[in-house]
Amino acid sequence: MLRPTDIDELCEIVAGGNGPFRLRGGGSKDAIGAPSEAAVIDMRSFAGVVDYDPHELVLTVGAGTPLAEIQMLVASEGQMLAFEPFDHAALLGGAPAQATIGGVIASGIAGPARLSRGAARDHLLGFTGVSGRGERFVAGAKVVKNVTGYDLPKLITGSWGRLAAITELTLKVLPAPRARTTLVARGLDPVTAVAIMARAMGSAAEASAAAHLPAWEGGALTAIRLDGFPASIRARAETLHQLIDGLYPLDDDTGLWDAVCHVSPLPRDKPLWRVVVPGRNAPALITALPGAEWLFDWAGGLVWLASDAAPQAIRSAAANAGGHAMLIRADATMRAAVPAFHPQPTPLAALETKVRRAFDPAGLFETGRF
Amino acid sequence: MSLCMPEPDAGVLARRREIVAAMRAIVPGEGVIDHPDGLRAYEADGLTAYRQPPLVVVLPETTEQVARVLAWCHANRVKVVPRGAGTSLSGGALPLEDGVLLGLTKLNRILDIDYADRIAVVQPGVTNLAITRAVEEQGFYYAPDPSSQIACSIGGNVAENAGGVHCLKYGLTTNNVLGVELVTIEGEVLRLGGRGLESAGLDLLGLVVGSEGLLGVVTEVTVRILPRPQTARALLIGFAEIETAGQCVAEVIAAGIIPAGMEMMDRAAIHAAEAFVHAGYPLDVEALLIVELDGPEGECAHLIGEIEAIARSNGAVSIRASASDTERASFWAGRKAAFPAAGRISPDYYCMDGTIPRRRLPDVLRRMGVLSEQYGLRVINVFHAGDGNLHPMILYDANKPGELETAEAFGADILRLCVEVGGVLTGEHGVGVEKRDLMPVMFSPVDLAQQQRVKCAFDPELLLNPGKMFPELHRCAELGRMHVHGGAVPFPELPRF
Repeated sequence: MLRPTDIDELCEIVAGGNGPFRLRGGGSKDAIGAPSEAAVIDMRSFAGVVDYDPHELVLTVGAGTPLAEIQMLVASEGQMLAFEPFDHAALLGGAPAQATIGGVIASGIAGPARLSRGAARDHLLGFTGVSGRGERFVAGAKVVKNVTGYDLPKLITGSWGRLAAITELTLKVLPAPRARTTLVARGLDPVTAVAIMARAMGSAAEASAAAHLPAWEGGALTAIRLDGFPASIRARAETLHQLIDGLYPLDDDTGLWDAVCHVSPLPRDKPLWRVVVPGRNAPALITALPGAEWLFDWAGGLVWLASDAAPQAIRSAAANAGGHAMLIRADATMRAAVPAFHPQPTPLAALETKVRRAFDPAGLFETGRF
Repeated sequence: MSLCMPEPDAGVLARRREIVAAMRAIVPGEGVIDHPDGLRAYEADGLTAYRQPPLVVVLPETTEQVARVLAWCHANRVKVVPRGAGTSLSGGALPLEDGVLLGLTKLNRILDIDYADRIAVVQPGVTNLAITRAVEEQGFYYAPDPSSQIACSIGGNVAENAGGVHCLKYGLTTNNVLGVELVTIEGEVLRLGGRGLESAGLDLLGLVVGSEGLLGVVTEVTVRILPRPQTARALLIGFAEIETAGQCVAEVIAAGIIPAGMEMMDRAAIHAAEAFVHAGYPLDVEALLIVELDGPEGECAHLIGEIEAIARSNGAVSIRASASDTERASFWAGRKAAFPAAGRISPDYYCMDGTIPRRRLPDVLRRMGVLSEQYGLRVINVFHAGDGNLHPMILYDANKPGELETAEAFGADILRLCVEVGGVLTGEHGVGVEKRDLMPVMFSPVDLAQQQRVKCAFDPELLLNPGKMFPELHRCAELGRMHVHGGAVPFPELPRF
């Protein structure tokens, strides 16, 4: 394991060219992708808060800073990372609280609030990184509004360490809601649940999250989350009640959203797939995969599937529903055989390869993991 | 013209008749314009200080025609400048003497609206406002609202990652686009993103939005539409000092409030706007804030109360809260007329677009005042106070010899100042030709080379919109070999403009 202590050392390691190199933060997502023998570059020395001015809504940190530390810091100022990033330890097994912000960004992690407040990509303003050429470069900036040059922060988010090693990053932070409430309906079938979530999201209620679990405490549960100022939540709950029959508030919703985030209701002994589809197609997707266990987040736009079905069957069902399926959890044998990412059409895959080579001409960050 | 563009290719200029004929074979009828009078209509975009009639204008009506035009230009090494409605304020659609101007305005149909998934699929020539018009009966709207929204096209919005007064709360174009159909310079038709919230693989969609027409031509856009908030109300707050207005903005954010819009005007802008539209603005203040809240009625009322208290504690000299939509519109009338108001008090104006950390605002305004005296040109200021995006308007007279050049130099100094205090060259207008030569102020040669390598992945012959965004044209093969050491610029013999 290589553990550079500063950016010059990191540049030297990469420029030395003895790759491939697997970039690693806390290792909370090690179990995603094909097992790989590539040399690990541990990024955790790039830790610490560089600049945080809550009034500017901007936070600059070392990429190796633990996610949990950042969440505590912004919470102490009444703020949040609005895309609701979460630790994969609970999902993949592994020690909790190891996830770093660099890993969150590199893998584009976002929770239930992604539906309303955007993804990791929407909150990364700028970064410093080291390319596969061993060169330090910056992109984006440290202000909330910027269109100067290509939006490389978008490109680096979710690039899974295949373009550059992120050493420092600047995030947009937002005020945390003062209050939150969740309205639920019981016993709905998937089609009705998705229709109701669409109606809620299309109303002025400004729901922050919407999920449907087929089995939660004894039956199907459809949940719509409101957050904001207390007076506002009351008004928006009233809007929902007028629009949708049979909703009632949940006394304590912490366990529910935690479960949705970490996919805890699904069995752990089956391969886990993350399928992104247009929300309206979620019911058709699960009908096409009888036997799969599932839950809907993002008003149906994210379907978590636990299923032993053939990977090809899952990927073609996802494609037929207008989406794509990523393999998140499986045993090592399956991960060695089944690519984690949904295969792209050939012309697009060719373009992606060219873009990766633009950052990493020798393929030093191509570890065989993806 | 005080702007230097790539040297026209004499070989291409000599083949003009052949190129026009090839374009006519792809786009029949009036879709190819080669008469000098017709070309003149396309010689500039919203940055009218710079003009150049194109080699030929081509206005395709289908994606297939776009693909054939690009494939032909690629095979024949002819440059292409894409253009939407031509409202760019950074010269993003400035033509090239030896380039085809590819106008997308005839691709102007709304293809699909899906209220359940809250998306609209539209062609690039549809105007920004037309999307809202198409969905408003069902209670929806398209959130990004650049001030040119009545005219600007969604394709141009995607190219420039357009913003607007509401983007503090609702994001820029990039945060509201789910997918595009992109035609590459080779003429290949790709789909990036789609109708779902995320696409597989690299976020090429996020890269293409804001790429200023340098990576491909967008022929279809899928946008998110939002339910219209139940109510919107605005506050008009006057301050005796810029500093206290800035402090008020900071405290509103600190109170956990993200207004739908938060705009500031300085004394000169207030007076220019008031003289033009008689919005009822107070004339005895140094700074005017317009704060808009949207959401349920109770929420707006509650937040207006909180903001009034913050404004009072910061010594606001006047506070008005809108009681009706008419009154709210009147608060906005002056701000929205700021550009024409500047046009009324000066023959020409040059609108800048830097962003700064908000806390530096008083300092930046003071130093801008010093520059104004040095250059002998007046400047009036409107800005998106919530996100620190400044729009200083430099007043000048293009008919006075040298005054455009003075305005340009003044503008460049303002943008250098923005970068110096930790900000950026452009918050929403794009780099285009306007800020191209200032890119090294913000980015090192290594940073710029990395961005140019991305360009090379899409367009290795540099045929798409060359002369925009990058201060130097590196041939892609050279970039591949290039290593920059100690900030030294390699290949000093390469053409720079």
